[in-house]
Amino acid sequence: MTTVISEKTDHFLSQLSIPENSFQLAAAERALQLDFPTTRDEYWKYTRLSKISKGAFTDSFEQKEKLDIEDQLVSNEFIVIENGIVREDISQYQKDYKIEISDASSPKTLKVNSSDIFSTINRAAAIHNVKITIGANKVIDTPLQIVYLNHSDRIISNTQLEINAEKSSKSTIVITNIGNEGKESFNNHVMTVDVAENAHLTINKIQAGNPSNYNISTEEIEQDQNSTFKINTVTLKGALVRNNINIAVNGQNCETHMNGAIVTKEKQHIDNHTFVDHKVSNCFSNENYKYVLEGKATGVFNGRVVVRQDAQVINAYQNNGNILLSDHASINSKPELEIYADDVKCSHGSTTGQLDENAIFYLQARGIAKENAKKLLVAAFIGEVIEEIEHEGTISLIHRLFKEVHNWDF
Amino acid sequence: MSGYTEEELKEELKDQEYKFGFTTDIESEKIPAGLSEEVVRMISAKKNEPEWLLEYRLNALRVWMEMTEPEWAHVKYEKPDFQNISYFSAPKKQYESWEDVDPEMKATMDKLGISLDEQKKLTGVAVDFVMDSVSVATSFKEKLSELGIIFSSFSEAVQNHPELVRKYLGTVVPTQDNFYAALNSAVFSDGSFCYIPKGVKCPMELSTYFRINESGTGQFERTLVVADEGSYVSYLEGCTAPMRDENQLHAAVVELIALDNAEIKYSTVQNWFPGDKDGKGGIFNFVTKRGMCHTNSKISWTQVETGSAVTWKYPSCILKGDNSIGEFYSVAVTNNYQQADTGTKMIHLGKNTKSTVISKGISAGQSQNSYRGLIQIAKKAENARNFTQCDSLLMTDRCGAHTFPYIECANNSAKLEHEATTSKIGEDQIFYCQQRGLSEEKAIGLIVNGYVKEVLNKLPMEFAVEAQKLLAISLENSVG
Repeated sequence: MTTVISEKTDHFLSQLSIPENSFQLAAAERALQLDFPTTRDEYWKYTRLSKISKGAFTDSFEQKEKLDIEDQLVSNEFIVIENGIVREDISQYQKDYKIEISDASSPKTLKVNSSDIFSTINRAAAIHNVKITIGANKVIDTPLQIVYLNHSDRIISNTQLEINAEKSSKSTIVITNIGNEGKESFNNHVMTVDVAENAHLTINKIQAGNPSNYNISTEEIEQDQNSTFKINTVTLKGALVRNNINIAVNGQNCETHMNGAIVTKEKQHIDNHTFVDHKVSNCFSNENYKYVLEGKATGVFNGRVVVRQDAQVINAYQNNGNILLSDHASINSKPELEIYADDVKCSHGSTTGQLDENAIFYLQARGIAKENAKKLLVAAFIGEVIEEIEHEGTISLIHRLFKEVHNWDF
Repeated sequence: MSGYTEEELKEELKDQEYKFGFTTDIESEKIPAGLSEEVVRMISAKKNEPEWLLEYRLNALRVWMEMTEPEWAHVKYEKPDFQNISYFSAPKKQYESWEDVDPEMKATMDKLGISLDEQKKLTGVAVDFVMDSVSVATSFKEKLSELGIIFSSFSEAVQNHPELVRKYLGTVVPTQDNFYAALNSAVFSDGSFCYIPKGVKCPMELSTYFRINESGTGQFERTLVVADEGSYVSYLEGCTAPMRDENQLHAAVVELIALDNAEIKYSTVQNWFPGDKDGKGGIFNFVTKRGMCHTNSKISWTQVETGSAVTWKYPSCILKGDNSIGEFYSVAVTNNYQQADTGTKMIHLGKNTKSTVISKGISAGQSQNSYRGLIQIAKKAENARNFTQCDSLLMTDRCGAHTFPYIECANNSAKLEHEATTSKIGEDQIFYCQQRGLSEEKAIGLIVNGYVKEVLNKLPMEFAVEAQKLLAISLENSVG
């Protein structure tokens, strides 16, 4: 059998030092047969990857002895991952969370799609694998924070995260990707999540790295019966951010929530692809993504809900609201429903517009300056997403970031 | 009948056969199956076409040869063998006048309920009746020509008004637009041409009934409607087809051009043979329909789709001129093993352009019904406005209803709304109606009727009646 090797992928991989072990070499071999998707691929229709595929990234760097992460922390339990390498010396966590850090060389439980080039590259080039287990019946109030840092220029960090929320557990994980000093770095993130029976898991993601950063996250979530899973994504910066959230609802009586607040400016491109696969009956899913785009920012929202043939009594809702604040901002929205069962209530809505002139005028008449009136309206618009985060420390971090990035107060 | 339940409705839907399934026995002239430059030349020669049109066809054939069949639509079907299709078939006899028309053909029209005699007298609708590919009778021509309106078969228009055809052909749907548009451009057999002069309001609804009749014949209709400045026309297109076991291909192209201040209303009732209840046979309907709106003009598409085994159809509007308006109203019903992937594209280029999309899908049996739509707001389309609503109604637990909207906005003064819902008929709604003394059957009829009313209301009076009939056949007694 002859195999065609993609030149671009070959070039991309040649810059990386693939760990010398059979598992990762095999993954690299597989990656070579995959090409970077183009806008001709439906799944990547609105996102151009040439900056990543042609980019010269490196994975070698010098570790910094001291990392200034104090102002990013929202919890006193945290794991620090610097340029894809776990810094156990700085990390700090109690026994509540069982954390296993291993090198990425032996076959893992990590389930990735072998035809997806980014997760295959991740598999080939990752250094560390972080596995978090929340033990059965454990209810943990303190969130665990994963602090990703990319502080070298043109660094690629292939990060792997596995989360197992065991039966009847309840916990919150906060993933932050902020304050990256490295220019044009690329975080290629793969995460798999298992939410077991009766478990409650919330993941809050905050993406506000260097505006020249690239970030591609592939997240595979599986839910067992009676479980609740919630993922909140807040994105403020990134030259190219793509979040692929794929949720398979395998058990009955599950609840799934996805929320997103994207407020960005300049020439940034934020792309959220979500996919909820309702395989069984009696489930509920809700999705709410809000975009506020300024400058030359472009936004992409693609929400897909599939209700399989025998999955009856499903309520699935999708909402996507977009506000364009400047002449040059643009948004592409594609909320999809694929329904093969009949006893369902599914709906989606998508709106695109601008701030209500009358509302601004009203606020101005009450003595609020125009700029502030606008901020107030935007805050109200995305407020319903931020409210979902339900953790004060995280919310105040987000408020602070808003202040820093957009000079906005809530 | 008392106690008519949803179960019984489903039972009836299963056994509902195609009512208009019959074949007219008329000798046809056919050219051998297959597609090549020679065949294209032959079609062109048979129709005595000018050199530029032959060139147009040959160019389209060359483009088509380079293309591959698209696969993105949410439908599964066995691809047609393009070398096994006969690309031209015309009834052999030509008619001098209406009296000369074959009585059998007249009878066919009677069965369809669109007899020319009747329509001439009663409805005032001029009908350009297309049996397979050649127009056999055109009525009301004199009356229309008094106003300067040209309404004729496409081949007649090529002979009589070549300058108009040449000016507008392919300007909205270019040859290289898509696989089936290219195929159509190469081999189109006949179709309708309509031109409304400046400032003329067409006094009657122009209507064409298409009908596939010859076994193994693909039908490649070409329709071109040009509404000159300040004119108005309402155009009706309706289709019925006889029962067949093999799949037949229908790849039409419809081009509408609304010049400044003009308005075109294009209504379709589509009832090609959908295949039997086991999904055997049926028509493949791969149609490219598009309209170009110039300044202050309006194009409105209304369609009721009940037929075809596989439908792939997106009547679209390019809102090029400032203040232009595009509308799309659609009811798509699928039953048994039918598959429909239909919707619209609204391309906003001009300032203050508006578009409205209302799509109602009803899926029954094991059918798959998809809405696929694009709303695109270009950078310079200031103050564009769109409202989209696509609802799906599910009748059984084996059918599917899907929504794939694409919303692309590059202008910050645009206001876009999109909403979609998918559900079955609410049991509480039926219960409420029953409480008010309606039988379950009537309740279902009432709800379905109310559900599609918004679209049916947009159809011209004469057509709404036929649309009602087709819905009733497709969904049996549930539609009152």
